Amino acid sequence: MKTNAAAWALLVAAGMAAPFLVYPVFAMKVLCFALFACAFNLLLGYTGLLSFGHAAFLGSAGYVAGHAVKVLGFAPETGILAGAATAAALGYIFGSLAIRRSGIYFAMITLALAQMIFFVALQMPFTGGEDGMQGVPRGRLLGMIDLREPLSMYYFVFAIFLLGFWVIYRTIHSPFGQVLKAIRENEPRAVSLGYDVDKYKLAAFVLSAALSGLAGATKTLVFQLASLTDVHWHMSGEVVLMTLLGGMGTVFGPVIGAGLVVGLQNYGANMGEWVTVITGGIFVICVLAFRRGIVGEIAALFRK
Amino acid sequence: MTGFFGVTIQGLFGQLLVGLINGSFYAILSLGLAIIFGLLNIINFAHGAQYMLGAFVAWIGMTYLGVDYWWALLLSPLAVGGTGILIERAMLQRLYRLDHLYGLLLTFGLALIIEGLFRYRFGISGESYPVNELLAGGTNLGFMFLPKYRAWVVVASLVVCFATWYVIERTKLGSYLRAGTENPQLLQAFGINVPLMITLTYGYGVALAAFAGVLAAPIFNVNPVMGSNLIIVVFAVVVVGGMGSILGSIVTGIGLGLIEGIVKSGMIANLLGAMFDKVPVLGSLVYPVKLLFSPEASAVTIFVIMAIVLLVRPAGLFGRER
Repeated sequence: MKTNAAAWALLVAAGMAAPFLVYPVFAMKVLCFALFACAFNLLLGYTGLLSFGHAAFLGSAGYVAGHAVKVLGFAPETGILAGAATAAALGYIFGSLAIRRSGIYFAMITLALAQMIFFVALQMPFTGGEDGMQGVPRGRLLGMIDLREPLSMYYFVFAIFLLGFWVIYRTIHSPFGQVLKAIRENEPRAVSLGYDVDKYKLAAFVLSAALSGLAGATKTLVFQLASLTDVHWHMSGEVVLMTLLGGMGTVFGPVIGAGLVVGLQNYGANMGEWVTVITGGIFVICVLAFRRGIVGEIAALFRK
Repeated sequence: MTGFFGVTIQGLFGQLLVGLINGSFYAILSLGLAIIFGLLNIINFAHGAQYMLGAFVAWIGMTYLGVDYWWALLLSPLAVGGTGILIERAMLQRLYRLDHLYGLLLTFGLALIIEGLFRYRFGISGESYPVNELLAGGTNLGFMFLPKYRAWVVVASLVVCFATWYVIERTKLGSYLRAGTENPQLLQAFGINVPLMITLTYGYGVALAAFAGVLAAPIFNVNPVMGSNLIIVVFAVVVVGGMGSILGSIVTGIGLGLIEGIVKSGMIANLLGAMFDKVPVLGSLVYPVKLLFSPEASAVTIFVIMAIVLLVRPAGLFGRER
């Protein structure tokens, strides 16, 4: 518990100082992906379900929030809520279908359903197809704070991240989270103890989808853009990598994983296709030699 | 000729042929996935990349070494299958005692590496592979024009699929394979070299993907992303069919390809329109279904069918519950 409190303090301090140390847009990008990875980790790390379609939630929430703010004139906060709500509803549909199968099939079903969303986003007129939805205004938070100001936007994003992260933290440490872990460790046993496993899985799936949507909607406001990249299966793979690299089933791992992967993409942008190759290479190395991830390995060192 | 429900006969048969060809590719690829999954318990995400590799090896052989189509059809699967054997020996073998998902993640990483390297070298615009002279041209069947090469693709894939089915279900070697799927420890106790069998099975599954790639090279543009979009559809095919049955994978693959073709022809949407558009309330209720099966939505047809199958029969059409 003492290390957890220290980690929280470090996280908040780093978050407060970040815009003065790095480019604020980069810091906001890291925060959005960190929230996305933490939401994904709730499912993979704590429930043992590998979804290969989480880009669908990130991307569709981004489009809905963008449309709500740009065309329907929503305020930024309600636009983001609309995005997250869409992702939750989509998560309910995907979840209800996918939990009918387990293991490897679960991953393939989520991937296929997400690909469907990709095609929908490609063909629907309001998404802008290949060009994406451009020029989404950031607007004024609660009608007062001008979010075009980079620092205001940054602290707004940081507040959303902390809120989402806190929800995940509370979920993991609640009785509900304990049941999720029981399902991950031994599903038949959880069933025999009388838990309605499918309901728990679905609830975790919807929560994870909603928080991924929160991240995606926020990301759209940050970049003022919603694009096909966010619904593509590459994105679903990236969030798996962030979680795996940082340490799945650890509270802070996905944050670190997200920072590293986003950093690689940003600073490796001029390397072109090599970024994909390096990403693949990290996957292979993580699976073969480094399955606990960075935070998991550090925690194992401390335990010795 | 008026044809069926606003679709000309030429149009319908044209789309059915496209569907049959796509279905042949779905069948070979899902068959390979099923064989690999049966023995290795791994979903080979790199299958799409290996299909692309098969097409590129054929193209490179033709362009730089003058290897013709028929040799490519033999050599490319051998070469790509050989890399599969190396991958199995060097990496996959370490994962058998772990959770299934690590195999998926590892092969996903491999797919990214292969695809990334080819995109770096060849860009995404792609290369064209000429049709062999023997198979160029086509015949007029009266109701449609049948290009020879397309007919050859369907025949060749069916022959390979059924040969694979025959070996697995009807021969001694196949009986070892089936036994290995059920209980590898027991089979090993009978003196069969199970690890070698697993390695060769992976190699064969990968070779099937490469074979499909060579078949596809003259039809589609040979490009680095040709496999990654296809493989996701094949995953949906596998979910619909269930991986328990070899014949099931073949039938599901071809069947879904044909259905996709029929939807693309617009027949289903027109049929639903003719039946329900005039009916007051039902017409508007059916409208979303009509939209879902309109030609514009044919890219998602297989995914929609997958969702329906999951609702009705979660284990898949030919699958066994657990």
